[in-house]
Amino acid sequence: MQWEVGSALNIASILVVVIVFAAMLIWVERRLLGFWQDRLGPNRVGPFGLLQVVADMIKIFTKEDWIPPFADRFGFVLAPTIIMIVILLSFSVVPFAPGVGIVDSNIGVLFVLAMASLGAYSVMLGGLSSDNKYALLGSLRAAAQMVSYEVFMGISLLGVVALTGSFDLREIVLAQEGGWFVVPQFIGFVIFLIAGVAESHRLPFDIPEAEQEICAGYHTEYSGMKFGMFFVGEYLGLVLISSLITVLFFGGWQGPLLPPLAWFFIKASCFIAFFILLRAAIPRPRYDQLMSYGWLFLLPLSLLNLLITGVVILSAN
Amino acid sequence: MVKITVDGICYEVDPANNLLQECLSQGLDLPYFCWHPSMGSVGACRQCAVIQYRDAEDKKGTLVMSCMTPVTEGGIYSLASEQASNFRADVIESLMTSHPHDCPVCEEGGECHLQDMTQMSGHNYRRFDKQKVTHRNQNLGPFINHEMNRCITCYRCVRFYDDYAGGTDLSAQASHHHTYFGRFEEGSLESEFSGNLVEVCPTGVFTDKPFSAHYARKWDLQSAPSICSGCSVGCNITPGERYGSLRRVVNRYHNDINGYFLCDRGRFGAHYVNSESRLRGAKDASGLSVSTREVEERITAFASEAVIGIGSPRASNEANFALRCFVGAENFFAGHSDADHEALQVLVECLRDSSFHSPSVREIEQADAIIVLGEDVTNTAPRIALALRQSVRNAAKDLAEANRIPSWQDAAVRELAQDSLSPLAVFASGSTRLDDVVSIKLNVDGVSLINAANALVERLSGRSPNYSDETLGTTMQSVEATYSALVGAKRPLIVSGSGAGVALMRCAANIARALSDLRSQSCDLVLLPAEDNSVGHALLAAGENTLTTALAKLATGEIKRAIVIENDLFERAPTESVRAALTAAELLVIDQIETPTQRFATLTIPSATFNECETTKVNYEGRAQLSFQVGEGSEAAKPVEKWLNVEASAHSDSLIARCAAEANDFARLGECLPNPTGRIAGLKVPRQSHRYSGRTAMNADKNVHEGKQPVDDNSVMSFSMEGMLTQKDSSLLATAWAPRWNSNQAISKFQAEVNGELKQGHAGVHLIARSNKGSPYNTEQLIGMDGPFEIRLVRQIFGSDSLSSHSAAIQKRMCDAYLSLCPSDAREMGVVNGDLVSIGGNEDGSIEGGATLPLYIRKETPIGVALVYAGSSALGARINPHDLPRYASLAPSKAVYDAIQSRLGLTNLVVNDAAAGAH
Amino acid sequence: MSDPIVRPHSKSWLAKFGELVKDTLTSQVVTLWRVFRHLFVATDTVQYPEQQPHMFSRWRGRIILTRDPDGEERCVACNLCAVACPVDCIALQKTEDEEGRWYPEFFRINFSRCIMCGFCEEACPTNAIQLTPDFEMAEYKRQDMVWEKADLLIAGTGKYHETNFYRVAGKSIGGKDKGEARNELPPVDVRSLLP
Repeated sequence: MQWEVGSALNIASILVVVIVFAAMLIWVERRLLGFWQDRLGPNRVGPFGLLQVVADMIKIFTKEDWIPPFADRFGFVLAPTIIMIVILLSFSVVPFAPGVGIVDSNIGVLFVLAMASLGAYSVMLGGLSSDNKYALLGSLRAAAQMVSYEVFMGISLLGVVALTGSFDLREIVLAQEGGWFVVPQFIGFVIFLIAGVAESHRLPFDIPEAEQEICAGYHTEYSGMKFGMFFVGEYLGLVLISSLITVLFFGGWQGPLLPPLAWFFIKASCFIAFFILLRAAIPRPRYDQLMSYGWLFLLPLSLLNLLITGVVILSAN
Repeated sequence: MVKITVDGICYEVDPANNLLQECLSQGLDLPYFCWHPSMGSVGACRQCAVIQYRDAEDKKGTLVMSCMTPVTEGGIYSLASEQASNFRADVIESLMTSHPHDCPVCEEGGECHLQDMTQMSGHNYRRFDKQKVTHRNQNLGPFINHEMNRCITCYRCVRFYDDYAGGTDLSAQASHHHTYFGRFEEGSLESEFSGNLVEVCPTGVFTDKPFSAHYARKWDLQSAPSICSGCSVGCNITPGERYGSLRRVVNRYHNDINGYFLCDRGRFGAHYVNSESRLRGAKDASGLSVSTREVEERITAFASEAVIGIGSPRASNEANFALRCFVGAENFFAGHSDADHEALQVLVECLRDSSFHSPSVREIEQADAIIVLGEDVTNTAPRIALALRQSVRNAAKDLAEANRIPSWQDAAVRELAQDSLSPLAVFASGSTRLDDVVSIKLNVDGVSLINAANALVERLSGRSPNYSDETLGTTMQSVEATYSALVGAKRPLIVSGSGAGVALMRCAANIARALSDLRSQSCDLVLLPAEDNSVGHALLAAGENTLTTALAKLATGEIKRAIVIENDLFERAPTESVRAALTAAELLVIDQIETPTQRFATLTIPSATFNECETTKVNYEGRAQLSFQVGEGSEAAKPVEKWLNVEASAHSDSLIARCAAEANDFARLGECLPNPTGRIAGLKVPRQSHRYSGRTAMNADKNVHEGKQPVDDNSVMSFSMEGMLTQKDSSLLATAWAPRWNSNQAISKFQAEVNGELKQGHAGVHLIARSNKGSPYNTEQLIGMDGPFEIRLVRQIFGSDSLSSHSAAIQKRMCDAYLSLCPSDAREMGVVNGDLVSIGGNEDGSIEGGATLPLYIRKETPIGVALVYAGSSALGARINPHDLPRYASLAPSKAVYDAIQSRLGLTNLVVNDAAAGAH
Repeated sequence: MSDPIVRPHSKSWLAKFGELVKDTLTSQVVTLWRVFRHLFVATDTVQYPEQQPHMFSRWRGRIILTRDPDGEERCVACNLCAVACPVDCIALQKTEDEEGRWYPEFFRINFSRCIMCGFCEEACPTNAIQLTPDFEMAEYKRQDMVWEKADLLIAGTGKYHETNFYRVAGKSIGGKDKGEARNELPPVDVRSLLP
């Protein structure tokens, strides 16, 4: 195992940029959703409504930090911090550009998967400690959904790993100099995309927090900054999945003319926008549909993808 | 019981009743108008049509009016059949052709039987486009509004007013679709029961005028079960409150007592709680207001030395008991006059006596021979007068039975009976309002009444006669007739009361005892006290603790402090003795209304009226009933028991329970309290209807932030819509409402059978057990005559009651105090109607209280008797009857009677025997 | 009746796979594309308050009390609006003039509770209470949201110009005697026996 840790400046700037970017996404999403629904979205606070984020932050920071008397205090406080921590840790292995990144690890892919599965604890803990039936239902759904989709999320990546011959994300990017993996691994990309949405429980797979069915699921009882952490955590997850897709299937920072960081930013932003489009367009499936879709369709498909990749690699050799 | 089939479902029904009544008893929804549970059927409205089938093979059937159809074994009927329901829809459509489309401005709207029945019959849209018949209204006096256009000609009003209540001044006039129900000329409806027209009329022709003046819809009224405070009958009422003021009183069905009807004193007299003369805040001798806290401190400090407590027959058991606890039993004195005290001792003794039975009002209606001794029942216990009016119809019912006509065939029974009435003997001085149904009338002076009663006792007990035709003259004929009536009766009844005087009450007891011995079974005896809680108050006051004793103790300075609750002593004892006592004492008065007694008080404290507190009262039968608080009342006017700070003791959780535990005779009082298993899941019972409106706006002008709903910790009822209506406890049933039945006719849904007990059970408890066997009273006359005229007091339904006479509507029907002579005495004295006459011979009427009264000549006043009505202190026009001698000479006064200055005049006086040109 | 749920056992594996592909590739992708195109469609948002929206006359906004064509108060204080109100924000008290016309002594709407549902308008038998297109009723103090009759009553007839309750209803008022309402015969002379 190799760990190459970047400079402190590197770490700090990445952390700040990622969090600010995630926060700004709240505004971006609302504006984009607005346009797709023939509305304007928030346009009153500051130019183009840009300062809406600031207004929201002021509001959420000054709200009463309320813990319901019936909740389990420890778990209740711990849950939102876990999701922030594990997702921020995942970012540590993402290679944004040559020389920009926190850690270069030869097991980067595995680390990301490991952190993603830890995220399930946050959601479960939040739901259980709230002592509320909707929260409990939400956390049950979240646990089942995240555990299920993790399986073929991992399998879908194995094609990429096999092609590169490494778990190191930086090496995976470098391996795409000749062509993006999205071409040979298209099925893997589609499966990873879907699994990624499910992992970050974004719409249309926001079943654990479906407002119409179970209030707000596992974060029903949360308010103030603790809710804010769940909220920003979700957007961080969105950024993470977009970054990973860029890295794994679309050649990371690679591209002509523009500086590498800009290419990374452009590619990741496209996927973020795509995720928001998903939210605007696709209705939420039923819970049983989600599970049967995963286990009966995506899992066989991902295994098939792996099998074919293996056959092709072996026959090429 | 017989079996019938209605729409394919088999029911067991009573063959004595008609089909409509039995359908309603079974809970079926069948529209009707002219039928009334206590007035029977006439088949006038054609609304209750059903199909009757000959047998199971008959598929076509015949259309019959269910109210005119007796139920027979195996009968097959259909309510739902298309033919019947179309017929009913057509009938109501034709009834509605001239209906004036004014539901929004009709006081009946929302509780209208016509609205309910129209909905039920399925008539929705008006198709008739021709012109509507219209009528002019009449001013029917201060109680009733008239809006004749709304009439559907069901005849219920005249059937109640004329046939049931014996009124003479309301009638059906004109013919065909011009039929008009009204008086011959405008003027107040004379009957004492005119208020029932409001509830009897299925639509809005007759509506409650005082209610209309501050109107609220039925669903907006906050109501609770309550007991009338008008007289000693204890009728069940439902007062309704809105915006913190009492809006109206309606009848609350009680199987044994009031049934479906109230008297006008009860219905309109309750408005005294809104009157100007209510005490609104505590004040001291100089009239300055005193804070609640200071009042409480001063009451506590008051008990530092011996205090005389004077109770009141118009205060609740709790108030009297609290005062007794506060001052100690030895210092608790009766608040009624000595004469009443004696009368009530007799009454209570009779209640304990196993020779007698106190009939409920329902039982009074079943009596088939009655003697009323001295009491003017219509003016002292009006609901009983209405029952007596029904009891005389028992002869008609027997006749109908003999001719195999069912008793509910009202018109047929009346036609058959013509004038045959069960014997009703009235021994009285002067005419009574029952005279039109009286078969034996003895109209003599007081001494002769006692002689006649004694003669009757002798006749019944078969003793050697002291009295005969020689000693009594024509009186003996009445005695003989009464004797044969009583002896021949299945259920004889003796009625008297404190209004007749204690001597006649004793005579009544003797008659009943003689009859009981003769028949070797208990005899129905009704002795009527004067006020709503006279009996309860008498049970709490010890025998020797009379008002005179208390006044003497105060006058001599033996005890220097006194508390008087809810009482005006100037109505109870001679003016001079009261003044002497009150001047000497440091007096604290707690009362609902302003009274002359309060002029002597160092501190006057307002107390809660009947609708502002939860209390019990004992009626003439010894039946204790619980009356619930209706509205929140004000902080300033607390119930007496709260002021005196007498609460529950260690081993009882309420004052009622403590009273039951500590006071003799009150052991069963706790049974009045609501049945704890009667409530659903322990929830409170809402006082507001499920559609109570305006809750977020009613007080928004004062503060837009809505306060918490007021909490009533002590009661099982809540001051809101919260809670669940009771299913089992009749004492908690305030307003009858059932789906599709918004009017008071919904009561049939709450009765086990029509006219029967409430499904929720039976309210009220008889406190006194009959264990003694007494002996006859000595009724020899000892009073010598010291004047040519006997002064006999008469009472008026409107005015003689100290609380109801503060009601604005009642005041419009009250009259001045008057003195009445027969025409020959008046001629001899040289006076005519409206002249002033002085009692006691002084021409200036120098007796305290101004005993110079206008003359009102009544044709049936016995010679040598002067009937005196004392007037009402509510308008300050009252003489103190305790100042009057029993016998006196009369003299014309030189002063001039000014009816306008005295505000009331005598025009409102309704008597049967007014001399021509009396007004 | 067709069962919308695709049951795992009801179809062959291949058919199901084909259906899933169809759903995912065609339906969902087409949806995504159609929604995406809305990026280039003009927005419907009205930039209130710079831009004033067009209010339709049946908009349920501020509640008014109107007068009949004779200029008299239409409200007869029947209490039906109050009882229809689901939030119980209407309170009124009936009173009567000397000639028998009913009108409200006070009429109060607590607009801080009102949900502008319009049930009161539907319940009103005289078209007195009406909802108007005015929605700009915000106040800084909640107490100012309580409107009394003086605030509610307007000088005109509102949306419905013809309605005149007392010209139809049989109750007589000042200026309209018995028999003078629509479709009424003159009052009956009860002393007459003529048909």
